[in-house]
Amino acid sequence: MSNYTDELVDFDVALEKYDPVLGFEVHVELNTKTKMFSDAPNAFGDDPNTNVTPVDLGLPGVLPVVNKTAVEYSILIGLALNCQIAERCGFARKNYFYPDTPKNFQTSQYDDPIAFDGWLDVELEDGEIFRVEIERAHMEEDAGKLTHMGGASGRIQGADYSLVDYNRAGVPLVEIVTKTIEGAGKRAPELAKAYVAAVREIVKNLGVSDAKMERGNVRCDANVSLMLKGADKFGTRTETKNVNSLRAVEHAVHFEIERHAAVLDSGAKIVQETRHWHEDTRSTTSGRPKSDADDYRYFPEPDLVPIVTTAEWVEELRSRLPEPPADRRKRLKADWGYADKEFRDVVNAGVLDEIEATIAAGTSAAVARKWWMGEIARLAKAADKEIADLGVTPETIVELNSLIAEKKINDKIARLVLEYVVDGEGKPTEIVAKRSLAVVNDDDALGKAVDDAMAAMPDVVEKIKGGKMQAIGALMGPVMKATRGQADAGRVREIVIEKLGL
Amino acid sequence: MSAISREDLVHLSRLAHIEMSGAELDKMTGELGVIVDAIASVSEVASSDIPATSHPIPLTNVLREDVVGQTLSIDEVLLNAPDSDSNRFKVPAILDGE
Repeated sequence: MSNYTDELVDFDVALEKYDPVLGFEVHVELNTKTKMFSDAPNAFGDDPNTNVTPVDLGLPGVLPVVNKTAVEYSILIGLALNCQIAERCGFARKNYFYPDTPKNFQTSQYDDPIAFDGWLDVELEDGEIFRVEIERAHMEEDAGKLTHMGGASGRIQGADYSLVDYNRAGVPLVEIVTKTIEGAGKRAPELAKAYVAAVREIVKNLGVSDAKMERGNVRCDANVSLMLKGADKFGTRTETKNVNSLRAVEHAVHFEIERHAAVLDSGAKIVQETRHWHEDTRSTTSGRPKSDADDYRYFPEPDLVPIVTTAEWVEELRSRLPEPPADRRKRLKADWGYADKEFRDVVNAGVLDEIEATIAAGTSAAVARKWWMGEIARLAKAADKEIADLGVTPETIVELNSLIAEKKINDKIARLVLEYVVDGEGKPTEIVAKRSLAVVNDDDALGKAVDDAMAAMPDVVEKIKGGKMQAIGALMGPVMKATRGQADAGRVREIVIEKLGL
Repeated sequence: MSAISREDLVHLSRLAHIEMSGAELDKMTGELGVIVDAIASVSEVASSDIPATSHPIPLTNVLREDVVGQTLSIDEVLLNAPDSDSNRFKVPAILDGE
């Protein structure tokens, strides 16, 4: 177990001397109903070992059968990444002994990936486009989940034993591998984050993955090496695993650049190895070096026959491709008339879909943004959740807006109703009824409250009579108190004026 | 001469996590060599105009619709497990003394 106290060189100093070279392997879990090679459910969060068939356990005599939908989703990913689709490809066994795979091999693709030679234009924060070349995207299966027991904080080091749940074993994965990425310079960490975000956005937009990084639906291994400026040979790379948030991808690349520079400056060599990312210390530690253990002895999977993709099949799938996220953003920004920063904030908050649906339901672009980026964002922050996970739907906003338009509630009460929606009390209309929140605008009740207020404040009444209309505000306090804050302020003003015959 | 050396076998046994004595290594080196030689004889028959294949029957696209089927009960899943805990397979410490 190595320590956390690697020497570092300041990032900017490192970048004066070295050029970073990057490469990414992103694993995407597909959201098919069943697994890659068995008809067990592909579901997250079920009881351990309940989504398991003999195929997933690698029991003797079982025969895997490829999930057609998983193949189609893989082709869709390939097409969205501007890849060539293999006319013919097959599966291979990647042999290794580890408890996360009961078969002692992972079924994967080796020298004939289903998709290859693509590219993805990644938009950096200032709008600059950086093209990342895609080497390949291949199909494989996920491994089971290990829980290490008895050691400190679930770590494998020092554990007494481990428990294995094979629900995830066999879940369809697509691994997307980039070509070597040069020329990012000091924007390497930013590019890393933007690239993974772009891949996540694409698979989410395709509908082929739930794309939740916190659930491991999208996982990134980041390869980093440094070369002296002007050198023509790549340096030795390290591969940082377990980088499972966008922020972590950015930080991990930043950290490895600083660490590599320190090692190289000291005259030592970078060891080609796996590094583990630690969110708590924002640093990496040494995993295992590349060694004999990486001899996976790939060979063709004899239980699975090749997959042949006809031009008709591929073109049919191509016709299913949704509008690319980057194109869609350009279109929506123009349609909604948001300023650059307003739009960027909306994108970063991940509420494009919500705002689009809210607008489609008849709300103005400005009002939709006001809700999602204002009150809803505030509630999400308070609850420490993503806005999209708050349980507020476009319908909620449409309903609130019509309640306001019908003068049943005012803005202030609408915000209160929204809090109750987040608390799971139901739809706005139900909440308003259940909690008697409707604005009081029936003239009898308001008239009584106004009479009482005027009787209690004769001096104010005199001022109003004398033409000081702003004095009406002084009556508003007692009226609101009498109606528990639910009086329609505009109507109160009208009633006062009527009563005084002004 | 066999294609399998004693060093190859030491390497393989380590990959497979199988501990082998010196005598076992000597014996298996010979036996595995015989097997590899037997299979290698295929290449004597195969000429360059025969494409390599991993399957004897020229089938392609044996695919399944994405429909959930029957899973095993938890008792069936754990039937062969040497040890289990909380409905999960229990395996010995993966890293020893590292």
